[in-house]
Amino acid sequence: MTASVTSLVNQPYKYGFVTDIESDTIPAGLSEDVIRLISAKKNEPDFMLEFRLKAYRQWLKMDEPTWAEVGYAKIDYQKIVYYSAPKQQKKLNSLDEVDPTLLETFEKLGIPLSEQKRLSNVAVDAIFDSVSVATTFREKLFEAGVIFCSISEAMREYPELIRKYLGSVVPVGDNFFAALNAAVFTDGSFVYIPKGVACPMELSTYFRINNGDSGQFERTLIVAEEGSSVSYLEGCTAPMFDTNQLHAAVVELVALDDADIKYSTVQNWYAGDANGKGGIYNFVTKRGLCQGVNSKISWTQVETGSAITWKYPSCVLVGDNSVGEFYSVALTNNMQQADTGTKMVHVGKNTRSTIISKGISAGKSENSYRGLVKIGPKADGARNYSQCDSMLIGDTAGANTFPYIQVQNNTARVEHEASTSKIGEDQLFFFRQRGISAEDAISMMISGFCKDVFSQLPMEFAVEADRLLALKLEGSVG
Amino acid sequence: MISENSPIILSVNDLTANVDGTQILKGMNLEIKAGEIHAIMGPNGSGKSTFSKILAGHPAYEVTGGEVSFLGQNLLELEPEDRARSGVFLAFQYPLEIPGVSNLDFLRVAYNSRQKHQGLEELDAFDFDELVQQKLDVVKMDAAFLHRSVNEGFSGGEKKRNEILQMALLEPKLGILDETDSGLDIDALKIVADGVNQLSNPDNATLMITHYQRLLNYVVPDYVHVMANGRIIRSGTKDLALELEERGYDWVLDEAAAGVA
Ligand SMILES: Nc1ncnc2c1ncn2[C@@H]1O[C@H](COP(=O)(O)OP(=O)(O)O)[C@@H](O)[C@H]1O
Ligand SMILES: [Mg+2]
Repeated sequence: MTASVTSLVNQPYKYGFVTDIESDTIPAGLSEDVIRLISAKKNEPDFMLEFRLKAYRQWLKMDEPTWAEVGYAKIDYQKIVYYSAPKQQKKLNSLDEVDPTLLETFEKLGIPLSEQKRLSNVAVDAIFDSVSVATTFREKLFEAGVIFCSISEAMREYPELIRKYLGSVVPVGDNFFAALNAAVFTDGSFVYIPKGVACPMELSTYFRINNGDSGQFERTLIVAEEGSSVSYLEGCTAPMFDTNQLHAAVVELVALDDADIKYSTVQNWYAGDANGKGGIYNFVTKRGLCQGVNSKISWTQVETGSAITWKYPSCVLVGDNSVGEFYSVALTNNMQQADTGTKMVHVGKNTRSTIISKGISAGKSENSYRGLVKIGPKADGARNYSQCDSMLIGDTAGANTFPYIQVQNNTARVEHEASTSKIGEDQLFFFRQRGISAEDAISMMISGFCKDVFSQLPMEFAVEADRLLALKLEGSVG
Repeated sequence: MISENSPIILSVNDLTANVDGTQILKGMNLEIKAGEIHAIMGPNGSGKSTFSKILAGHPAYEVTGGEVSFLGQNLLELEPEDRARSGVFLAFQYPLEIPGVSNLDFLRVAYNSRQKHQGLEELDAFDFDELVQQKLDVVKMDAAFLHRSVNEGFSGGEKKRNEILQMALLEPKLGILDETDSGLDIDALKIVADGVNQLSNPDNATLMITHYQRLLNYVVPDYVHVMANGRIIRSGTKDLALELEERGYDWVLDEAAAGVA
């Protein structure tokens, strides 16, 4: 691959700064005592401590998964810091009391939190290292009956909802990383949409890792009652360190009868440098339960960051006529590795699912799609449509597709399509010969390739996603 | 029409070039004036496509010697996109498919890049649509092709017509057509040839690369050159093409070899 292709994909990461702030950080290492300490610091109800300890005891007996197409040095779980929070212990009455350094940090990241500057129709929960530092528009949402707060607060203020739903979709012992998360998670967002309510604004959580030694273990729970709907977006960035940080999150969604949850992610964790030094290990479990009839859960993800991504946002379609969707763009460059996809588990009758996956690989990266479509014996009339497209930029990157299909009901219909395309020297030359610069050519080809996914993002973020991809690829083709 | 006083559009002097370390062009010389139509013929592998791509600036080819001047400027120091914007157009022998990019968007961005470069007005989607409708007539193409991805699923003939549509929009000073006739049935050939003739005028020039005389019945060249082994070994008028059609290439090659010897 010639220099021009390479130089086009390589842009400096602009969120790599570290905020200098005094923090309350516990020593590295994991034990029952550490878990008790976290639980105490968070002032949780007793059932939460039990939840954590149960998870921890299961985790101790589990092995780290090795089946994904990713390789990394063994993680030493005793070297990770499991709790780090900016010092600011007292309860805040308003955003004006948030440490200005933190407000500034989020502003620099393009997430203004203060009253005057905040995004007009998006409520934001801002999470810095282990804790939520601010949630905007809470009162306005509360008037509509919508609860949007940090999960720590929810554990104290809505213990019944937490007890009922936390771990109901992703059980504490679901997998190695989910169990670890259940044991040590420190914060995350909680959303509750009551019966019949269409959430009046976009909800969004912004995650920021700041501490170089800490892991980030957040947990998000969204419950949509009968006939309600919500659109939620998460974004994430981290400073550049030459060590790796572990991010092991869990997201659980519950949709009851006729409820509709749309969950979008724009993931831009630090990816490490061009030689693969540093970067986030993004090992995440996301699952939605379409529990009610006619319910719908739609995942849209734009994955551009992290040294390693391992995540499979899934839908369990229990309610009859329920719908699961997965729209994904995963871009890898340099030495990044991504093994990502989805699971669509059809349990109820006439359940439908759609999978649109677009993998873009540049540099020496490895990008795998891994997806499972499972049709259970009672899922009469279930349907799935999957489309997995790979785009190779240059000729040193790798792309794989691992579709798994299990059908136990002969009235089901499952369709799978796949394609591979390439942006190489000849494609670029064609554009350039017509007077179009290489940068514009890449951006046109990438936008075209991703449009079925980007069109699913909330308006404000679709433009952002387009720009983010163009930036990430700048310099990669020649 | 040709006249002695027409400005020179392209002048190539002793051009040599390599690909992957192998010399392919071994001293090309060619001069093309405004209003002229030239044809380069020659056996497969003689370097015709290589020559056309080098004129257009393909990065895989390394120019090792010689000069190319285009409208008085040194063409070799321009980036491919600047060559295009200044009026060099190459209709590819094998047009690529670009999935996901609509033909219409592609044409508009290309058109506006040229406009911008030349300090002319860029067109919005609405005005561009009007312009492109007129150009479709040049190649008798259906508007439905505008809304498909560039060349995706097009037949061979449709791809070639799409190339000429791009040429019609970009109105180059030098249009290079690399084997635009190959793979076309006679009706498609007539349409493409008719398009090329419509676009030809006293201010621009056309260089047709082909190894069949067939196209030259429809687009009549002022000059015909025979290329072999990386250089032009004989030039003449359109009668040369007819002679080649009748007698093949061997005699020219033999005579050239004898001449060199
Ligand atoms: N990338 C390449 N690497 C090595 N040889 C090449 C490459 N491209 C073209 N060639 C060689 O250059 C010569 C001229 O090719 P080309 O210009 O395509 O000829 P023509 O268009 O006259 O048929 C051929 O011998 C061909 O094999
Ligand atoms: Mg050729």
